[in-house]
Amino acid sequence: MGLTYLKNVSTLELDVNKCTGCNMCVIVCPHNVFKITNKKSQIINKDFCMECGACQRNCPENALSVTTGVGCAAGIIIGLINGTAPDCGCDGSSECC
Amino acid sequence: MYYIIGHTNNNIPIVTTNLNFLDLLGNVKVRCSIFRNNYKVKPGLYAVGTPDKNSDVLVTANYKLSFDHLRKNLIGINAWILVLDTKGINVWCAAGKGTFGTKELISKIQEFLIDKIVEHKKIIVPQLGAVGVSAHEVKNATGFNVKYGPVRATDLKAFLSNSYRADKKMRTVFFSFKDRLILTPIEFIGHLNYFIFLLAIVFILSCFKNATFNVDNAFSYFKVPLLNLFSAYIVGTIITPILLPFIPTRNFAFKGIFLAIILFVILLLFNVFGNSVLEIISFFFLNIAIASFTAMNFTGASTFTSLSGVKKEMKIAIPIQIILFVVGIVIWTVTRFI
Repeated sequence: MGLTYLKNVSTLELDVNKCTGCNMCVIVCPHNVFKITNKKSQIINKDFCMECGACQRNCPENALSVTTGVGCAAGIIIGLINGTAPDCGCDGSSECC
Repeated sequence: MYYIIGHTNNNIPIVTTNLNFLDLLGNVKVRCSIFRNNYKVKPGLYAVGTPDKNSDVLVTANYKLSFDHLRKNLIGINAWILVLDTKGINVWCAAGKGTFGTKELISKIQEFLIDKIVEHKKIIVPQLGAVGVSAHEVKNATGFNVKYGPVRATDLKAFLSNSYRADKKMRTVFFSFKDRLILTPIEFIGHLNYFIFLLAIVFILSCFKNATFNVDNAFSYFKVPLLNLFSAYIVGTIITPILLPFIPTRNFAFKGIFLAIILFVILLLFNVFGNSVLEIISFFFLNIAIASFTAMNFTGASTFTSLSGVKKEMKIAIPIQIILFVVGIVIWTVTRFI
């Protein structure tokens, strides 16, 4: 119920030792997964993570890792058919979800 | 283009912040999947109002809906708009693809000489662009500090006047009733060609009654499968998206199954099935398969599903859908011949 997805599936990992508490992950995350406590980032809502990868890309210390991709059933099917990674077809040449 | 109303001294096109009838018509058309993949603006630098060397630089995608959405929220503001070439795709989708990305942003900053256009070193990127843009890499390559703006352009004014700070609400993606409603035409139209193909086959099979072929059989009987399958299709493509947060279970495919069972009970109450028990069972299976599959596909339009989650969901849902569909079709076809 509500607008939360499946529990315990996100591949998001945080290496607290590398974290400098720069706050970038808090800024870029669209689902409030992170919080800074004592100058270190902390994953507070892991089940809200949609694996978009914004935090990983904007972490200057490479303290975050997540397997990113589209959370899109049609994209996964297209990927299986074409033998590629899940792909919504959002490249301007075909229909996009 | 009609939205360009003049040029600055250094010959940068000035765009209007007022959307007109053509913009609104274009909006309705793309929402209904018409010319959706060719609704673009030319990438490059634009101006709104009378920007100068101290004005903000706002980055967006060259999908015209994204561009329109940005400029209509800049009424009374003087700013530069830097449009990246995302092949006509919105910021978030393009960022996922990497076309709205670090490389493209760096190249556009350099190509349009942003360091000559403004004296400051700030560039404002929509927060959802962070999926493709690495702020520290842009800083290293160009010297510009990426400031991530709010998720929604409607919060831009508040963000700019609050010294480039967005509160938690501005940083969070929602998926409101209106957000979901506006996506339903695409969901409905998206699978329509497959669905019509299925209906065509069902129509042909409807010509059979007691194993004899007569087109009149279809004219008298086809309304039964049509009503069943079409209502299941509506449940998956329109009702599930609209009621999404209120349907039990987190799994989209199961949300579709849940509603399809309710639909089945309603159809049963209105007695729209034939008299054969086999036929009723076959529609029960087919309706569930159709509603579940189309509901599952809404994961792609939602704002909170993850790849790992959708994969997990599909591992269970796809076999169920295939089995129900095949068994349903076989049973129903058999009823045409006995």
